[in-house]
Amino acid sequence: MTGLAATLRIALVWLALLGLLAMTVGASFLPLGTVSPAVSYGIAAIKAGFIFWFYMEMRTEHPLPRLATVAAIVWMVILLTLTWTDYATRPPPSSATRSLPQPE
Amino acid sequence: MSDAGTLREPFADLARQRETQRFGMLVFLASEAMLFAGLFGTAMALRMVHPGDYVAGSRGLHLWFGTANTAVLLTSSAVAALAVEQARRGKGRRASALLVVAAGLGVLFLLIKFGEYAIEYREGVVPLLAPSALHASGQTLFMTLYFFATGLHALHVIAGIVIMGVVARWATASSDRTATAVGNAALYWHLVDVIWVFLFPTLYLAR
Repeated sequence: MTGLAATLRIALVWLALLGLLAMTVGASFLPLGTVSPAVSYGIAAIKAGFIFWFYMEMRTEHPLPRLATVAAIVWMVILLTLTWTDYATRPPPSSATRSLPQPE
Repeated sequence: MSDAGTLREPFADLARQRETQRFGMLVFLASEAMLFAGLFGTAMALRMVHPGDYVAGSRGLHLWFGTANTAVLLTSSAVAALAVEQARRGKGRRASALLVVAAGLGVLFLLIKFGEYAIEYREGVVPLLAPSALHASGQTLFMTLYFFATGLHALHVIAGIVIMGVVARWATASSDRTATAVGNAALYWHLVDVIWVFLFPTLYLAR
């Protein structure tokens, strides 16, 4: 019975993942503008969450392996946030050129 | 090496041994994730510097190939998870068969991917090799990122297929009751899947 329940759980997660794939592809055709990346990455994060929790069995894991997984995510967030702040705070190319001292 | 369920020095019991091997695998996978994080950071920078070319490059990709490949990998991951479940119940032979199916789906993923590369070669959107249709520098950068990221991912798919193939042989030879070898092979495969889950919107869905 437990074997059947586990198989059923894996199958249901698989269906949910395929449903999310259909949703993200469908959403990419909608005129969402600047919200579009948030939607596609949001759905990707939910899919990854399903894979981590059920397929990688984090739901039954001890705190230490969970910490190893969370640590990877935290380091990635730090890397991506710092990269983002760099590019987001750079002046546009034209004004950067203007602010340079002119050769005599 | 063929008997993953055997207790080895310096472990006191099988559960402890399994825990250690699994933790080691997760730390290794965390370092793999960091490797790809660099590529995701590059994609973000590229999208911020060349937003128009990035969207144009993404629209030029074959969305349905990417979508089919996502479905193939998600299915393959589900099959690998089933293999772990079977190994834990002592059904080594069935676990092996499921790992072979998961690896087979990995081969299907590569066939679709390489078919897509062939079409892109004919379209002239391959930097250096066939760049006839690449005009803007941002578009060339996007396609370079695309081939580098999907190429590196494809190498990981090949590694995953080999690992699952090797472990499939072990799983029949011994009953891997703690599902350590089968579990670690599946963990690697799930990470390859998770990376693709994020590569898909990064490359194909920036429309």
